Amino acid sequence: MSLSINMEKIYLDNAATTKVDERVLKAMQPFFLEKFGNASSQHSLGQEAEMALEESRDVIAKSIRAKSDEIFFTSSGTESNNWVIKGVGFENLASGKNHIITTKIEHDCILNSCRWMEKQGFEITYLDVDKEGFVNPSDVRNAISDKTLLVSVIHGNNEIGTIQDIETIGKICRDKGVYFHVDACQSYTKVPIDVRKQNLDLVTLNAHKINGPKGVGALYIREGVKISPLIHGGNQESKMRSGTENIHGIVGFAKAVKISSSGNIRKMAKLRDKLIREISKIPHSKLNGPEGDKRLCNNINFLFEAVEGEAVGAYLDINKICSSTGSACSSHNLKPSHVLKAIGVSPMNLNSSIRLSLSKDNTEKEIDYVIETLRNIIFKLRKVSPFKLKYDGKEK
Amino acid sequence: MNNLVYNKNVLDHFQNPRNMGVMENADAEATVGNPTCGDVMKIMIKVEGDRIEDINFQTMGCVAAIATSSMVTEMAKGKSLDEAKKITNKDVAKALGELPPIKVHCSNLAADALKKAIESLNKK
Ligand SMILES: Cc1ncc(COP(=O)(O)O)c(C=O)c1O
Ligand code: FES
Repeated sequence: MSLSINMEKIYLDNAATTKVDERVLKAMQPFFLEKFGNASSQHSLGQEAEMALEESRDVIAKSIRAKSDEIFFTSSGTESNNWVIKGVGFENLASGKNHIITTKIEHDCILNSCRWMEKQGFEITYLDVDKEGFVNPSDVRNAISDKTLLVSVIHGNNEIGTIQDIETIGKICRDKGVYFHVDACQSYTKVPIDVRKQNLDLVTLNAHKINGPKGVGALYIREGVKISPLIHGGNQESKMRSGTENIHGIVGFAKAVKISSSGNIRKMAKLRDKLIREISKIPHSKLNGPEGDKRLCNNINFLFEAVEGEAVGAYLDINKICSSTGSACSSHNLKPSHVLKAIGVSPMNLNSSIRLSLSKDNTEKEIDYVIETLRNIIFKLRKVSPFKLKYDGKEK
Repeated sequence: MNNLVYNKNVLDHFQNPRNMGVMENADAEATVGNPTCGDVMKIMIKVEGDRIEDINFQTMGCVAAIATSSMVTEMAKGKSLDEAKKITNKDVAKALGELPPIKVHCSNLAADALKKAIESLNKK
């Protein structure tokens, strides 16, 4: 398991964030020292910024088949998600509707927004998922009542990679006259999003998962959707989201979308499948989430019985591999992953998983090293573990 | 996840655990679980007179849990039962140097398991 000192880190935590692509950085650079104007200013510098802002908006809009004036820039995926839950909730309260439907496998920014809304008197339904993490569209249909305002579903799951059938859910919501929001932070540019065909009313996007900068997000709001602003101030973004626009970030976001390609998706999917195939050969390991094209092209999440995910992650780190664990033992709240719980992982195995998430820049050579290293680590940690596993019918 | 979370000593015990594995013919053993996270540690001891002649551990846990397990076995080996019983979780954590604050609960397993093993001996 030794490794030459000079070896670079192998970064497999791209679901957390990605490296900014050099082309993105280059596109952003002029907006720091030269084109630094405020897009609200009337002089030439301001107008330059305004133009860059609108060009970027067009790029994002086209990528999901929205109209440009349906795209609103925000500070993050977190802000966009908060905006949807709170903005739709409060804007429509007068109609007498106070029910929101979501799932048990959402990102914390949706779940914690929903919990806060419960304190404000809203009713929230948290839908179950099956053992691969899929929401059953008919559960959505059955949960909708005449009090329901909004259905909010995560498109590609950030922990286990499950891609939901948003087209079917979108159709149900449209038929029932309920708004449908999709959190597409993980799936954007990796899975097709077509707001017309899929009947989407609101879509959350962000830049830092796709080799763009951190701290930039967007919300698609279909024309006609009733939502109140969350951030009040100088009336930027058509009075819907105040605050001086983060032009360099937005320009970088648009560039990141432009450089995304189907070739990269195929490349990641191939490496993903190799990792899944090889790691599955480690005894008493289990893939969390589905296989094949209903899984995000860059997500791998494995459970290893009788070891602790945090220890696996630390060992990988010692070997210069950056991973992530859904293990309580590495987080600040000491609560195990709500997603693994929702797919029915037994309490005893809840802290035994590790997530590897790829980017377009990972290589096959890196992957081979990761597989070999991981195999050794699991072997070593199981030797330390008091739990006996059966190998070929024998306890070892 | 970052190995800067743990100091050198902790990482050394984690990667090269001392006195690790099953013990044949142990005189006493005890298993304790960490209620906060579900991790488990087992201590096995062999006694000669009133001294801990040999001691082994097995742990399913995080880096801190494995390192503290390893450390407690080093500290207890060769000590009299009375001395060994006096080892506290704080002593073990201190011997390792520093643990990150959210990892302090992990060090609670080690001395507890040792004490439990020694007490089970007295009952025999
Ligand atoms: C599915 C999902 N939603 C929302 C977010 C939050 O986005 P941001 O980090 O831009 O606030 C993330 C990423 O952390 C995510 O993976
Ligand atoms: S987190 Fe479980 S013992 Fe450390």
